[in-house]
Amino acid sequence: MQFMLLFSRQGKLRLQKWYVPLSDKEKKKITRELVQTVLARKPKMCSFLEWRDLKIVYKRYASLYFCCAIEDQDNELITLEIIHRYVELLDKYFGSVCELDIIFNFEKAYFILDEFLLGGEAQETSKKNVLKAIEQADLLQEVSTEVYYHHCKATAIGVHHRVFGLSL
Amino acid sequence: MALKIVKGSIDRMFDKNLQDLVRGIRNHKEDEAKYISTCIDEIKQELKQDNIAVKANAVCKLTYLQMLGYDVSWAAFNIVEVMSSSKFTYKRIGYLAASQCFHEGTDVIMLTTNQIRKDLSSPHQYDTGVALTGLSCFVTPDLARDLANDIMTLMSHTKPYIRKKAVLIMYKVFLKYPESLRPAFPRLKEKLEDPDPGVQSAAVNVICELARRNPKNYLSLAPLFFKLMTSSTNNWVLIKIIKLFGALTPLEPRLGKKLIEPLTNLIHSTSAMSLLYECVNTVIAVLISLSSGMPNHSASIQLCVQKLRILIEDSDQNLKYLGLLAMSKILKTHPKSVQSHKDLILQCLDDKDESIRLRALDLLYGMVSKKNLMEIVKKLMLHVDKAEGTTYRDELLTKIIDICSQSNYQYITNFEWYISILVELTRLEGTRHGHLIASQMLDVAIRVKAIRGFAVAQMATLLDNAHLLTGNTQRNGICEVLYAAAWICGEFSEHLEDPMQTLEAMLRPKVATLPGHIQAVYVQNAAKLFATVLRKHEGETDSHAAQETSQLLIDRLPLFVQSANLEVQERASCILQLVKYIQKLQQKKVEVAEEVTALFAGELNPVAPKAQKKVPVPEGLDLDAWINKPPSESESEDEKPKAVFAKEEPKHSRSRHTEVDEKELARRREARKREQANNPFYIKASPSSQKVYDAPGVEHIPVVQIDLSVPLKVPGMPMSDQYLKLEEERRQKEKAERKKEKKKKREKRGKERKADSGPESEEDIAPAHQVDIVTEEMPEVSSCYFGVIKPTVHWFPVQKSSKHKKKKQKKEKEEKEKKKKKRHHHHHHHSNAGGEDSVQNGTVEEEEPLPPMSNYFLLAENSYIKMVYDIQGNHQDESKVVVSVIFENKSDSFLKSMEFNVLDSLNSKLQRPEGAGAHDSLTVPFQLPPGISNEAHFVFSVQSIVMPQKLKGTLTFIVKSDESSTHEKLDFKLHFTCTSYLITTPCYLYDAYAKLLESGDLKGSSLRLEGINMPFHHLLARICFHHHFSVVERIDSCASMYSRSIQGHHVCLLVKTTVSIDAKCDEPSLLGNVLDEIKQTFSKC
Repeated sequence: MQFMLLFSRQGKLRLQKWYVPLSDKEKKKITRELVQTVLARKPKMCSFLEWRDLKIVYKRYASLYFCCAIEDQDNELITLEIIHRYVELLDKYFGSVCELDIIFNFEKAYFILDEFLLGGEAQETSKKNVLKAIEQADLLQEVSTEVYYHHCKATAIGVHHRVFGLSL
Repeated sequence: MALKIVKGSIDRMFDKNLQDLVRGIRNHKEDEAKYISTCIDEIKQELKQDNIAVKANAVCKLTYLQMLGYDVSWAAFNIVEVMSSSKFTYKRIGYLAASQCFHEGTDVIMLTTNQIRKDLSSPHQYDTGVALTGLSCFVTPDLARDLANDIMTLMSHTKPYIRKKAVLIMYKVFLKYPESLRPAFPRLKEKLEDPDPGVQSAAVNVICELARRNPKNYLSLAPLFFKLMTSSTNNWVLIKIIKLFGALTPLEPRLGKKLIEPLTNLIHSTSAMSLLYECVNTVIAVLISLSSGMPNHSASIQLCVQKLRILIEDSDQNLKYLGLLAMSKILKTHPKSVQSHKDLILQCLDDKDESIRLRALDLLYGMVSKKNLMEIVKKLMLHVDKAEGTTYRDELLTKIIDICSQSNYQYITNFEWYISILVELTRLEGTRHGHLIASQMLDVAIRVKAIRGFAVAQMATLLDNAHLLTGNTQRNGICEVLYAAAWICGEFSEHLEDPMQTLEAMLRPKVATLPGHIQAVYVQNAAKLFATVLRKHEGETDSHAAQETSQLLIDRLPLFVQSANLEVQERASCILQLVKYIQKLQQKKVEVAEEVTALFAGELNPVAPKAQKKVPVPEGLDLDAWINKPPSESESEDEKPKAVFAKEEPKHSRSRHTEVDEKELARRREARKREQANNPFYIKASPSSQKVYDAPGVEHIPVVQIDLSVPLKVPGMPMSDQYLKLEEERRQKEKAERKKEKKKKREKRGKERKADSGPESEEDIAPAHQVDIVTEEMPEVSSCYFGVIKPTVHWFPVQKSSKHKKKKQKKEKEEKEKKKKKRHHHHHHHSNAGGEDSVQNGTVEEEEPLPPMSNYFLLAENSYIKMVYDIQGNHQDESKVVVSVIFENKSDSFLKSMEFNVLDSLNSKLQRPEGAGAHDSLTVPFQLPPGISNEAHFVFSVQSIVMPQKLKGTLTFIVKSDESSTHEKLDFKLHFTCTSYLITTPCYLYDAYAKLLESGDLKGSSLRLEGINMPFHHLLARICFHHHFSVVERIDSCASMYSRSIQGHHVCLLVKTTVSIDAKCDEPSLLGNVLDEIKQTFSKC
C-alpha cells in the first residue's frame, strides 16, 4: 500500500498516512486530486479506479471515505478487507465510532492504524491483538489525557451522533 | 523555583489542548486561516517553554495542523525534543508527529539516530514498538545504515510483538540501504518458520515484496513457499505466497506446471473472494507464461472463466468489475474461451456503473470477429443513443471506431455498412470526435476503391444536409465530418450522380460560418466539382448548363474571397479569377473542360511517411559521396582542402560516367524504366487516374432547402441495420449454396453421407465486396500506411501468378490505347513499353532487376511490439554468431526497460556480461517511442553447428502511456538454422575450388527443387542471399557456388537450370540440413 487517506463527504481530510516518501507539495496535490475524483463518483459505482499507475480502493462508511492506493499487482479485495478491518478496530476501540471521534482523537486513530499496518503492510491480522496492544500502550499514558478524552467525547457526541454503518 | 512550577501549571490550565483547537477551528468557519495563525503563534510560545507536557501538547496540535495543510517544518527540532522524552505519553506523540511531518529532506533527522537506537533497545516493548513504527515512516538511507544492525537484532527479540515489527521494517531498511539485505537474509528466512503466525506472516510479506522487485534471487525459496502454501490456512499469507509464485513462474516454467493443481484446488474450495481472485489471476499469469506447449490446461482456463463468470454475474459491483478485469487478461491469450461469454459482456454494457461499462467495452474490442462485428456494433449504436453524458458517449464512439478499424479493418466484411455507421455517428450532437469520424471516412474512401461510389453518394447527402450538423453551436465538433465529406465529393466527383447539386450545396452562404480549414476544403473541392460539371456538359449543343455553373461560382465565390481566413481567401480569389477566365472562353464557344480537368488530374495514392526510406539505393550510388567538390570554407584556406579531396576522390570512376555514348544512355534509360515499372515504390500513373466521363448531362435542378432543427433520419440514407439483415441473408444464401455444391459433389461421387452443417468458421465468411485494401501497384507502401511498418522488405515484385501478370499487362495496354486516343499527356506518366516487352517475351530475363530481399524473419509480434531477426556468423570466431533483432514499437505508447532473455541450451548460449547469472536477461540498450524501430545485437556462443536449433526466449518490457504503465512480455523462439552458421566467402579462383572438389574429403548429396518458375539468376541470387553462398563460376546452364561455415566446413553447390542441386561438404549432417533449408526457402515462394 502506498498511502491511506480518510476524508469527509465535504472533502475535508481527516487522516493521512503515507508509506512512500513524497514531498509535502506532492502529497497535497495527490490528496486534492483524489478527493475530487472519489467524491465525484456515484454511490452505486464500484470501489476501484485506476489512477496514474496506481489502483485506488475506497469505501464509504457513513460520512467518511476510506481511500487506499495500491500498486498494480496488489489485490483489491484484500485492500477492501484491510479498510473494513480498520473500521472495525476503530469501532471496537471508540465504541460505535463516528467521524467526530476521529476528528477529536486523531492521534488515537493513528495509533490504531500503526498497530494494524506497518510500512504499508498488514502487521497484525488478529483484531484482538491489535486492541490489546493499544490498550496496554494507553495504560502507560497519563491519566490526565484520558480524563480530557472522555470529557470531550461526551460533549462532542451530544451534538452529532453519526455511527458508521457497519452492516456489510 | 517553586514559583516557576506553579506558574507552569497555571499556564497549562489556560493552554488550548488539541480538542480545544479542533473545536475552535470548527467555530471559526469564516475566518479559519486567521484563527489558525493566532493558534500557531500560541503554539510557538508554548514551544519556548521548558515544560515537556506543554511542548508535547503543542506538537500534538501541530500534527493536526499539518494534516490540514499547514507547514510545520519549522518545529522539527521541537518534535525531536518531544520524541526524546522519557515518558511514553510524550514519546508517543513525538514519534507520531515525526512520522507525519518528517521526510528525507528534514535535516534534524540526523540528530535522532542515537535517540532511536536507545528507544529500540528500551526494556519496554512499547517504547521499542513506537520507535519502530515511527522509523518505518521516516527512515532515511543514513538511518537505515546506522540502525540496520539494531533492527536485525530485534528480529530475534523474545516478544513476537517486536519481532514482527522488526521483520516488517527490514523491508524499508533494505530499500534505503540495500547492502543490509545480504547479512539480514538468513535471519529473515528463519522467520518464515517462526512459531508466531504474525511474525511468519510478516516474513512472508517482506520476502514477497522483495521477490516482486527481483524474483530470480528468491527462486531457491520456492520449495519452502510451496510447503507453506499447502499447509497455511491464513488467507492473508496465502494471497502473498500466491502472488510470490506469480512472480517466480516466468523464471522457472516447471514451477508453473506444479502450481496449477494446488491453485485449482484452492479455486474450488475457498469461500474468500479475495483469495479466489488472487488464485484466478495467478493461474492466468502462469498459463500465459507457459502458453507454448501446454495444451492440456484448457480445463484450468475453463475453470477460471467459469469462476469469473460467477463474479461478473454477482450483484456486487466490485466483483463484477474485477471479474471483467481478469477476463480481459484471459482474452489476450485465450480469446476463444472468453468469446463464448459474449452475452454476459454485452449485458454489462447496461450496467449503471460507468467504470463497469468501460471495462466491458475494453473486452468487446478483443472479442469481435467477422461474424459478430455487425451485431456488436449494432448493440453499441443502441447504447450511443441511450447514453447520457457526453464523456461516456464519446468513449462509446471512439470504441466503435476502434473496434471496426482494428488491424486494418480486418473484421469488416461490408464497407457500405461501415460508411453507414460513420454517417449515423455524425448525428451525435456535441461530440468531440468529429475529426475521428472524418479521418475514418477519408481513410476508407481512399483505400477501399470499390466503396467510393457509395461513399460519395453518402457524403453528398451529408453536404446537402450540412445544416443539420452545424445547426446548434459554433464549437460543435461534428462539423469536422464536412471536411471529409467535401473532400471525398470533390476528389471522387466522377462517382457523383448530380455534381451540380452538390456544388450548389457546397457554395451555400451558410458555409461561411464553418471553421476556416473546412471552408478552404469546400472552396478547393468546389473547383474540382466545377471541372466535373463542365466535363459532363461538354459536347452538348446547348452550352447553357455549363455557363450557368460558371455563373454560380462567380456569384457565390466573392463571399469566400472576403473571408478573414487567409487560406480560404487565397484559394477563393484564385479560383474566382480562373472561373471568370473560363467564362470568357465559354462565351467564345471554346471547349475548356479538358484543360480544367487537367488541373485536378492524377490520383492521390496513400504513401507512408517512411516510404522513402524503403526505396533501395541504386547500385553504384553513394549517397554520402560529393557530387561536386565541396565549397571551400573560406578563400584563404582554399589550397589545402582541395589537395586533400583530390587525393581522396578517385577521379577515374566519374570520368568514365561522362564518357558513355548515346547508345549506352538509351539502354540505361530503358533499364531504369523497367525497374520503375517493377518497383512498387515508384509512383506511376495508374489507369484509374484517367477519369471516365460518360454520364449523360443533367439539367440544373434547383434544390429546396428544408430547414429542420432536429436531426432526423436523412432521407435516402441507408441505415446500418439494413446491412445487418442483408449480411445475414447473404450468409444464409452462401451457406445454402455451399451446401448445394457439397451435395452435388457428393452426388457425383455417389456416396451417401450425412450433411455436416457445422458451425460457420471465421474463414468461411467471404467479404460482401472484394475490396482491394492493398493496392496492387504498391503493396508495401500501402501496408505501411496501415501502420504495419515492416522494417525490412519481404516481398518479391516478380509476378506471383500468371493471372496477375496478364491483368496488369491488359491494363497497361488499355492505358496505351487510351493515351493514343486522347493524346493527353500526363506528366506523371512514364511509358512502360520497354519493361512490358521484356516481361512479355520473357527472353531478357538477365536484365530483370533483382527483387529486394531480406533475411530478417519474424521473431514474435503482439499488439505492442514486433521483432524480426537475422543471424550472422563471422570468421573471427568459430563459436559465435550474432543475432540482430529489430524491435519495432507498434503501439501509441512508449516502450521502455526492454529485457531480452533466452533459455540457453547445452549447445547455444546467450553471451551475457561478466558477472551476470546464467539466467539473467540482457537489457536492450534503447527505448522505443511510438512507431519507432531500432536494432540490437546479441552474441550467442555455439558449440556444434551441424544441427539447426530453436531457443525459447522472452522479451519483457514496460509500456508507458500518459495514464499508466504496464509490464508486458512476449515469448519467442529463436531459430538457429544451419544456414546462419554459413558465411559468404568469396572463392575467386576456380582452380582452387576444383581442387577442393577433387580432394575427396567432401561427401556428396543432392537435391531437386520442384515447381520453381523463376529466372535462373533469381534462383542463384536467392541462394546467395538467404543461404550465404557466393557464385564461383557460372557456365550457361549451371553455376558453382561456395560457402564456408564459421567452423571452416566447406560447402560446395552445383546448381543447374533444371533446378537440381548437387552438393558437397566435409560434414554430411550440416550439408543435409543446409539443403533442407534451401528446399524450404524455395517451397515458400
